[in-house]
Amino acid sequence: MGTLLEVRNLKKYFDVPKGHLHAVDNVSFKINEGETLGIVGESGCGKSTLGRVILRLHEATAGSVLFDGMNVTRMDKQELRSIRKYMQIIFQDPYASLNPRFTVAQIIEEPLRLHKIYPSEKQIRARVEELMDMVGLSTRMYNAYPHEFDGGRRQRIVVARALAINPRFIVCDEPVSALDVSIQAQILNLMIDLQKELNLTYIFISHNLSVVKHISTNVGVMYLGQLIEMAPKRAIYKNPLHPYTVALLSAIPSLDPDAKREQHILKGELTSPVNPKPGCRFSARCSFAQERCFSINPALEEVEPNHFVACHRVSEFTGAE
Amino acid sequence: MAEKLLEVKNLCVNYATEESTVKAVSGTSFSLDKGETMGLVGETGAGKTTIALSIMQLVPYPPGIIVGGEIYFKGKNIIENTEKENQKMRGDGISMIFQDPMTALNPTMQIGKQMVEVVRQHTKTSRKLAEEKCKALLETVGIRSDRFNDYPHQLSGGMKQRVIIAMSLLCSPELLIADEPTTALDVTIQAQVLELMRNLIGQSNMSMILITHDLGVVAETCDTVCIMYAGEIVESGKVRTVYKNPRHPYTRGLFESIPRLDDDDDVRLTPIEGSIPNPASLPSGCKFHTRCHYCKDICKSEDPPEQVDAETGQTFKCHFDLFAGGVE
Repeated sequence: MGTLLEVRNLKKYFDVPKGHLHAVDNVSFKINEGETLGIVGESGCGKSTLGRVILRLHEATAGSVLFDGMNVTRMDKQELRSIRKYMQIIFQDPYASLNPRFTVAQIIEEPLRLHKIYPSEKQIRARVEELMDMVGLSTRMYNAYPHEFDGGRRQRIVVARALAINPRFIVCDEPVSALDVSIQAQILNLMIDLQKELNLTYIFISHNLSVVKHISTNVGVMYLGQLIEMAPKRAIYKNPLHPYTVALLSAIPSLDPDAKREQHILKGELTSPVNPKPGCRFSARCSFAQERCFSINPALEEVEPNHFVACHRVSEFTGAE
Repeated sequence: MAEKLLEVKNLCVNYATEESTVKAVSGTSFSLDKGETMGLVGETGAGKTTIALSIMQLVPYPPGIIVGGEIYFKGKNIIENTEKENQKMRGDGISMIFQDPMTALNPTMQIGKQMVEVVRQHTKTSRKLAEEKCKALLETVGIRSDRFNDYPHQLSGGMKQRVIIAMSLLCSPELLIADEPTTALDVTIQAQVLELMRNLIGQSNMSMILITHDLGVVAETCDTVCIMYAGEIVESGKVRTVYKNPRHPYTRGLFESIPRLDDDDDVRLTPIEGSIPNPASLPSGCKFHTRCHYCKDICKSEDPPEQVDAETGQTFKCHFDLFAGGVE
């Protein structure tokens, strides 16, 4: 399986009155076709911006996004439109992402009409029914409106709309965060099944580490706009190396009431992403920080096969294992 | 035997609208000892917040009406309280942390002022003493007292939630109801807030009802747990007992729906099929039968009894005892 999407030194700065807000700062990674990259991090770390910059819903400040070898960041409008067929996005809140005045059928067929995929009405209808069936919606609801559905079924409509034009790549921005756990599991299973069936590639953005672990092949952890650790999921959960990842994992409440875990409770909160100081972004909250951490920003380096970490002291952590 | 602080008996709350009557809470009973922390878990619309509002005597009327049941707080049925008695009870006796820290504070008022108002409303304290008390409590929750004159928008989400926690503790309540206190927060901040709450409770022998949909938060914070489904408590007991061997099919389903961090392999999740029934037209018999794997004819027609495990005190509302033998 080859690389489907490559992101190179991607940056997105927003201009704010006080300077530049570094929403995404020098992020690079690759995703193979048919795999899922999970992106985790706290609110404000730039994970949603990253997803949007990849689809060019925001223009990148610098860096490039290569989709199947083609540079998305340099495309003109027409090229972009033709490539958007292959890239879709699923948003977090199914209550906000569906037009309340469209019926289910109108919602799902809109991308089909925009990209002029089928010439006849009959084919469009057949495709919509096929899609509804695929995501587990009864075709009886063909002419229903979004308000007639609960959160889980609305998210199924969103998934059907995203799949309508046979995309190869989907950015999933917190697709299950607004749903109850029992419904969340249904949608996760649906997404995993569809991925296998259609050989889809996902970027799965979430703040919920257990959900990301469940669905991802590789996991990247973001902190204040930067990717600070990336590894195959098992490595990141069994052997987290960056102090922030360690703290993030230990902060998740365990389901086992007997579990007496060593908790690394972080002090303080995210610092501001506006005009960040030099040095490691995490240094202000890090209990391992040394002088160099406050002056030099560590680069993301491969410390073990496929395991990338951005930390000055990472060799000490690997040595201790 | 610990002293009983709160006892809710057969509580029924309806929301009546023009078209329909929604049974938000139907026949719920539980009790809470002094110093005990209880988790109230359920999905959206299960009736958790309605129970909290009933205990606070804050069910919005109309459309909400408590149609039956009793709520005893320190031996007194508070449903019969006058509004004056209620005001005395709130703050001093029972206090509540609301769900969303972003909206629970008045945006046009300095946080210090909001806190002083609470103290002076409930006790005869001079402004100066009240300010000192508020500043001291802010320090306890980890906010420097020089933020006393800040407006809410100058604080981050975690800090706002800590201000609200401080505020709810100002009058040293005997019972604290925390409605999803950490849901709007990031995990690292959630860990800070939970630790803070655990410490404060440990110090003051306060009781707490923690409302959440996160079973992990309950495991870390609570002594007992009640699982709610469609307005009823379907299972309750000591956290350890319930987590080790859930006896109600719904509780089991909840646990199986949650992706776990400690799984080694890619276990496929087993979601509960279907979705929560419309509370305006609840199914007959067992409310869960429409989604239950083990559903038999009796489940569709008859309301299940509450069974009690004599040994552990675990209760579950089911016609059968499917999981008596423990984990298979």
